Amino acid sequence: MFEALQDKLNKAFRTLAGTARLTESNMREALAIVEQALLEADVGYKVVKDFMASVSAKALGEEVLKSLRPQEQVFAIVYRELVALMGPGDPSLHLRDFTKIMLCGLQGSGKTTTCAKLARMLAKSGRRPMMIAADLQRPAAIEQLIVLGQQIEVPVFADTAAKDPVELCQRGMQHAGLAGADVVLIDTAGRLHIDDELMTQLRRIDEKIEPHQCYLVVDGMTGQDAVNSAKAFNEALELDGVILTKLDGDQQGGAVLSVRAVTGVPVKFLGTGEHIQDLEPFNAEQMAGRILGQGDIAEIARRAMTEIDQDEMRRQQEDIAAGQFTLENFRDLLRQTKRLGSMSKIMSLIPGMGALKGMMGDADVDQDFGRLTGVIDSMTPQERRDPDLIDQSRRRRIAAGAGVEPHEVNDLVKQFDMIGSRMKQMMGLGMRDRMRAVQDLQKQMTSPGGLARQKVGTGKRLTSAEKARIKKDKEREMRRMRRKEREGS
Amino acid sequence: MGFFSKIKQAIGAGLEKTKRALATDVRDLFKKEGRDGRLVDDVFIDQLLEILIKTDMGVSAAKEITSEVKNRFRGRVVFMQDVLETVRAKLRELLKQEEVPVKMAAAGPTVIMVVGVNGSGKTTSIAKLAHRFQAEGKKVVLGAGDTFRAAAVEQLTIWANRLGVEIVTAKQGSDPASVAHTAVTKALADKADICIVDTAGRLQTQKSLMQELTKIHRIVNRLIPEAPHEVLLVLDATAGQSGISQARGFTEAVKCTGLVLAKLDGTAKGGVVVPIRQQVGLPVKFVGVGEKLADLEAFDSEAFTEALFEGLVEEREGAGAGQPAK
Repeated sequence: MFEALQDKLNKAFRTLAGTARLTESNMREALAIVEQALLEADVGYKVVKDFMASVSAKALGEEVLKSLRPQEQVFAIVYRELVALMGPGDPSLHLRDFTKIMLCGLQGSGKTTTCAKLARMLAKSGRRPMMIAADLQRPAAIEQLIVLGQQIEVPVFADTAAKDPVELCQRGMQHAGLAGADVVLIDTAGRLHIDDELMTQLRRIDEKIEPHQCYLVVDGMTGQDAVNSAKAFNEALELDGVILTKLDGDQQGGAVLSVRAVTGVPVKFLGTGEHIQDLEPFNAEQMAGRILGQGDIAEIARRAMTEIDQDEMRRQQEDIAAGQFTLENFRDLLRQTKRLGSMSKIMSLIPGMGALKGMMGDADVDQDFGRLTGVIDSMTPQERRDPDLIDQSRRRRIAAGAGVEPHEVNDLVKQFDMIGSRMKQMMGLGMRDRMRAVQDLQKQMTSPGGLARQKVGTGKRLTSAEKARIKKDKEREMRRMRRKEREGS
Repeated sequence: MGFFSKIKQAIGAGLEKTKRALATDVRDLFKKEGRDGRLVDDVFIDQLLEILIKTDMGVSAAKEITSEVKNRFRGRVVFMQDVLETVRAKLRELLKQEEVPVKMAAAGPTVIMVVGVNGSGKTTSIAKLAHRFQAEGKKVVLGAGDTFRAAAVEQLTIWANRLGVEIVTAKQGSDPASVAHTAVTKALADKADICIVDTAGRLQTQKSLMQELTKIHRIVNRLIPEAPHEVLLVLDATAGQSGISQARGFTEAVKCTGLVLAKLDGTAKGGVVVPIRQQVGLPVKFVGVGEKLADLEAFDSEAFTEALFEGLVEEREGAGAGQPAK
C-alpha cells in the first residue's frame, strides 16, 4: 500500500535535498509534486487542497527556509500534518459487558470478510463473539458468513428464510444473550449506492437494536467517491468509526487520508489481505511513517505478539541457547515467521526495506519460503538433526521428494549453517550486545535505500555523484510535469 | 425508439448521478455571473479542474482538458455552453474507441473468462452476461471458478438456477483450472454457444494468484485453440486510480480484451476508464447500471460522453422549452 505515493513524495523531498539553498520558488516546486502525488493517490480533492494550504503555510515560513536542514524540516512538517489529518486514531472497540457492533457499507466493500476478521480478533483476545448474518439481499451472503464462522470457530446466527433484517437482528440478540456471547457483530446488506431504501433499513436496525458501535466499511480502492459515501453514511447513522479494506497490493489507498477529514470519525482498522488475520488497528503516526517510507516496526511487533505461539518460541530459544539449533528448529522458525503474514508484506513494514523490495524485483520470497520448508520436510529426522549425513544419493532423494534441483538442497544446508552460527553467537551475547547485533544486521539490510541514509542525518555532505543524481532526478521530474502540461495544451 | 437511443437512455439513466454532479458543479461555476457569462481566469480553471478530478479521470486527463479550455478561452468572458462544448469534445477524443463487439467463436462454444479484484462485481456481472446471451437465444454454460471465497459457488449457483442455465461447480478449495476445464468440456459436449468462466477475486499484485489465472487461461486454450475468446476485467465504477494498475496487472497475466464497468448507478463517476483507455488501451465493453438482471448495457463511448453532458446542453438550448430549473 502507498508504494506509488511513497515514491513520488520521496522524489519531492529529493528535489529539495539537491539544492544548495532553499528558496520559495524551489519549495513551491517540491510542494507541487506533493500535491499531484496526493491527487493521483485518490485523496479527496478538497482534502488535498486544505492539506497543501496548511503544509505550504508552514513550509514557506521564514524559520524553515533559513534553517540549517530545510529539507528535513519540510519532511517533518509533512509528517506532522499527515498525522493531524488522519489522527487521532482510536483502535479501541469500546467493549462493555455486552457490546453490539453494526457494520455497514456499499456493495463489495468487504463487510462480510471484515466481520469475520473482527470476530476472530475478538475471540483471540478472549471475548465470546457472535455474528448475525443480516445481509438478506446478496445471494449466498448468509452462507459465506456461516462458512467463515466455522473457519474461525465463532457462532453465526442466521436464518435463510428470514425476510426482515430488523426482526432477524432482534431474534439474534435474544439468542446471543442465551448463548452467552458478549460481543455481537451485525453484517448488514450492501447497496450499489446510498439510496433511501438502504438508509431506511439501516436506520431501522439502528433504532431497534441500538448498536453501541457502528462502523462503515470502505473499499480502499475507492476514488473520489469515498468522500461522498462516507459523508452520507455518517449523516444517516452517526458512525463511530471507519474500517478500510483491500489495502494490500498497490492500491492507492487515498481514502485512508480523506475519511477522517470529511467525517471527523476515526479510522479504526485496516484490512490488509485476504487472510483472516489481516486486520490491523489503525494508528495515525505509524501510517504517516509508512506513507513517508519509514516503515512500521510497531505493526510487526504487534503481529509477532498475537500470531506467534509464545510457548513454542520459548522452547525454541531454550534449544538454541543450549546450542541445539537443528534443521527442525529452522523449519519451525520459518513456519512461525510465516504466520506473521506474507514475507513481502512483512518486508514492507520494515524501515528501509521498502526500497529493497523494489530492488529484488520479481524474486518471490514467499515461494522461496515454501520451497525451503518443502526441502526440510523431505528429509528424515536423522538428516534434520545432522545435515552432514546428506550425501549425493540422499541429496537426490530429498530433491526429488521436494520437487527441487539437488543443488538447492545444498544451498539450504549452507544457508542453515550460516544462520545457525549467527544464532548461536547471538544467544551467547547479553541483551545489549544482542540489540546491537540486530541493529548492525538492519543497517546492512537498509544501506541500499536512499531514504534510510537521509534519515540518519549525520550532517555529512553529499558526494558529487549523489548531488548529480539528485539533480538529474529532479530535472527529470520537472520535465515530466512540464511535458504533461504541454501535452495537455 | 432506435437501438442507439435505447442504449443511450440506459447509460444515461445509469449516469444520472454523474451527470447531475457534473451539471450542478459546472452550473455553479457560472451561477454568480448570471447571463453575462464569466471570465476564464486561474480561479475558474482551478474550479474546473476540481470538477473533473472528482470524476476520477485522473490528474493528467483533467489537466489536459483544462489546458485546452485555458488555451481557447483564457482571459475571455465565456458562457457555460462554450466551455462545455470544449470539455465534451476533448473527453470524447480521450475516450474514443472502435466499436468492439464480443468476439464470437467461428464454430463451437465461445469462451468468456471473467476476472477482477475482490468485490468488484464479477459474479453479478456474469449473471447479467448470461441473461443477455440467453435473451439472444444462445445456450450458456457457467463455470463456478471462484473456489476460494466462502459461498461464492453458492452465489453463482443461485443465479444459474434463477436463469435456468447449466453450471459446473466444484467444492471450495479445489483447483479453479479444473473447474474451467470441466466447464469448457461440458460446453463442447452440450454444444453450448457460450461458456462463461468465473474466477476468484484477486489483487493484481498477488503474484501466485495471477499465475493461477494464467494457468486457467492456458488450460482453456488447450481445449479450444482460440479460447478464451474474451477475457473481461470487471472494474468497480467507484474505483479510483487503482483501476489503472488493475487493468495493467490483469492484462499482463491474461491479456484482457475488455472492461466491464460495474456498479455505475452509484454516485460513482467511472471516470477512471479515461486513463485506462489512455494508458492501457483496454476498451470498455459493457456497463452494469443497476441491480436487475437486465441492467447490463453495451458500452458506447459516444453515448457515454453524450450522456454525461446531455441534460446540461438541452437545458441551455431549451431555455424557452420549459425545462424546470431546479
